[in-house]
Amino acid sequence: MAEKQFKVTADTGIHARPATLLVQTASKFDSEINLEYKGKKVNLKSIMGVMSLGIGQGADISITAEGSDSEEALRSLEELLKKEGLAE
Amino acid sequence: MTFLQGIAASNGIAIAKAYRLVEPNLSFEKKTVEEITSEVNRFKAAIEKSKAELEAIRDRAHIELGADKAAIFEAHLLVLTDPELNGPIEDKIKSEKVNAETALKETADMFVMMFEQMDNEYMKERAADIRDVTKRVLSHLLGVQLVNPSMIAEEVIIVAEDLTPSDTAQLNRQYVLGFTTDIGGRTSHSAIMARSMEIPAVVGTKTATEEIINGDLVIVDGLKGEVHINPTPELIEEYRNIHQQYEAQKTEWAKLVNEKTVSADDHHVELAANIGTPNDLKGVIENGGEGVGLYRTEFLYMGRDQLPTEEEQFEAYKAVLEGMNGKPVVVRTLDIGGDKELPYLQLPKELNPFLGFRAIRLCLEEQDIFRTQLRALLRASSYGNLKIMFPMIATLDEFREAKAFLEDEKQKLIAADQKVSDSIELGIMVEIPSTAVLADQFAKEVDFFSIGTNDLIQYTMAADRMNQRVSYLYQPYSPSILRLVKMVIDAAHAEGKWAGMCGEMAGDETAIPLLLGLGLDEFSMSATSILKARSQIKKLNKSEMESLANKVLNMQTTAQVIEAVNAATK
Repeated sequence: MAEKQFKVTADTGIHARPATLLVQTASKFDSEINLEYKGKKVNLKSIMGVMSLGIGQGADISITAEGSDSEEALRSLEELLKKEGLAE
Repeated sequence: MTFLQGIAASNGIAIAKAYRLVEPNLSFEKKTVEEITSEVNRFKAAIEKSKAELEAIRDRAHIELGADKAAIFEAHLLVLTDPELNGPIEDKIKSEKVNAETALKETADMFVMMFEQMDNEYMKERAADIRDVTKRVLSHLLGVQLVNPSMIAEEVIIVAEDLTPSDTAQLNRQYVLGFTTDIGGRTSHSAIMARSMEIPAVVGTKTATEEIINGDLVIVDGLKGEVHINPTPELIEEYRNIHQQYEAQKTEWAKLVNEKTVSADDHHVELAANIGTPNDLKGVIENGGEGVGLYRTEFLYMGRDQLPTEEEQFEAYKAVLEGMNGKPVVVRTLDIGGDKELPYLQLPKELNPFLGFRAIRLCLEEQDIFRTQLRALLRASSYGNLKIMFPMIATLDEFREAKAFLEDEKQKLIAADQKVSDSIELGIMVEIPSTAVLADQFAKEVDFFSIGTNDLIQYTMAADRMNQRVSYLYQPYSPSILRLVKMVIDAAHAEGKWAGMCGEMAGDETAIPLLLGLGLDEFSMSATSILKARSQIKKLNKSEMESLANKVLNMQTTAQVIEAVNAATK
C-alpha cells in the first residue's frame, strides 16, 4: 500500500474543478484509492464522496492507494495537486 | 392538417419544425423483480446510454457555449459514474429485489437530502446535479426522451404548455423562430418574452402540446393568433406572402425610426420601450425608442442559483444607461412574487400570490436584497439619465420607507467618495387601485407615475390575469379603468409632474387614441410596437382625441368605448 500526506493550499479548498480533476485522475487507475480527512475516509473515485468531506484551505489530507498500479497512481495524483497549486 | 386558435401574443409569421419543450412523464411503480441479474444489467445499460448522451451534450456545449457551460456536464458525468452512488443502487436491486427505477430513485434521494442539508451553498447546488442525473438515467430506464432546450441547433418553433423565465433564458435566440403554448394570455411571461425577443408567438391554444409532435411543420401566425399544423403547400405559400407583406409594412414604419412622436396638431409624446436585459437595447434603438420606460430588473435574479451581486447588477445597469446614450431609462426595482418566483429565496407558497408578499413588500422586508440593488443603481446613475421607480406601491408610507432606504444608501456612497448623480427622478408604478385613487396626494411627493395596466386591470376587476375563465374581465377600455388612468394623469399634471404607462395597453391600437386624449406623456411598450404606434399618433389630432376621451369616460360599457374609438379614428 502506498500513502502520502498533503496540505491543501488552494484558497477555495477541494471543491468543484479541483475535485473533478482528482476524481478523473484517480479513476484512470485500477488500484483502490482513498482520501482521508479528519478521520473520515472516502473513495477518491467518487465525486460525491470527495465533495462530502468539505475540504478547505489548510486542511491536512492523506491519500492511500492499494493495488497493482498504486505507486503510479499516487505519483499522478501528487503531480496533479502540485501542478494545479492545490496542495503540497 | 390541423388548426388551433389561440391568443396573438407577438406579431409576425413563423414557419418551422416543431420542438416540444415538454417534460416527459417520469413516474413509475415500485415493483419486485425475480431476474436480478437482468435488472442490474438494465440499470447498467441505462447508465451507458446516459453517459453517451451526456458526453455528446458536453461536447456540443463546449463548442457552442464555451468551456464554462460545458463544465456542468462534466460534473454530471462524474456523478453518473460515481461508484459510491451506483454501488448502493446495484446492492439495493440485489438485496431488496426491487426494480432499477425504485433502487435509483430511493438511493439518489438519500444523497440529495444529504447534500441539501449541508450548510455550504456550493454543496447544496450539487443536490441539483444529482437530481438532474437521476432524471436522465430514469428517462432511459423508462424509454422516454428528456428535453435539452439549450442544445437546439436548427430553426424551430417551440411548443410548450407554458414557458417559464428559466426556460426562455436557455433558448438560443438564433434558432427559435416562434413559439406556441397551451396556456397564458397577452400579458403572461411567455408573451412578454416573445415580444422582447421579437419573435411571433401564439399563446393560450389549450391543446398545442397534445396536437403537435416533434418535427411537425408548424405555422405560427402571431398577427391573428392562429397555429397551423402540417399545413398544405397552398397555405404555406399564402403565409409566405403574408410574411412578406408584414415585412414590407415594417420597412415602411422603419422610415420613422429617427423621428419624434408628434400628433397631427403638433403635440409631442414620448414613446419608450419595455426591456428585460441589456441585450434588448439593440431592439430599442432599431425601433426608434425615445427612452426605456420600464427596465424589468427581475431577469437579473432569475434562472440562476443565487442572488446577483452588486457588481453584476452595476454592470447591467451601467450597460443600459450607456447604451441609451443620455435618453431616459426608468428602472423598476425588483418585482418578484406573483407569477415570478425565485426558488433560491425559498419563500413559502401562498394561496394568493398576486395579493401577497411580492415586489416592494418583499423588498422592504428583505432589506439586504433591496439595499444591494439600490447601491448598484446609484453607482450606475452617473452613466446616463436614470429614473428609479418602485413597483406595487399601495400606500404613501411604503413609498416614503423605500425612498428613505435610497437616501440612506446615497449618503453612504457619497461619504465614501462614490460618484452619484444628483438628478435621479424617483417615481412609482401605479398598479393598485388605492394608489390611483389617492394619486393627487402621491403626486406631491413622487417625481413621476408609471401606470402598470396589466396589474391595475386585474386588481380593479378582481380578475386573475392567469385564469382563462375570467379573462373576459381583462378590459383595458372599460370606462372604470379609463377613469382611474385619467385620475393619475390629472394628478401628475396638477403638480407639474409627468405620467407614463408601461403596461400592454400603452402600445394598443385602440387605447392609444384615448391615452393621447387623456394627456399621457410617456407610452412605454414592446420595442416592436413603437414604430407602428408612432405612425398611428402622427395621424391623430390631440384636441379631437381629448373630446373623444371626455365622451367615453361617461359611457357604460367597454363595447361602447371600442365603438366610439373606431368611429372617431376611421
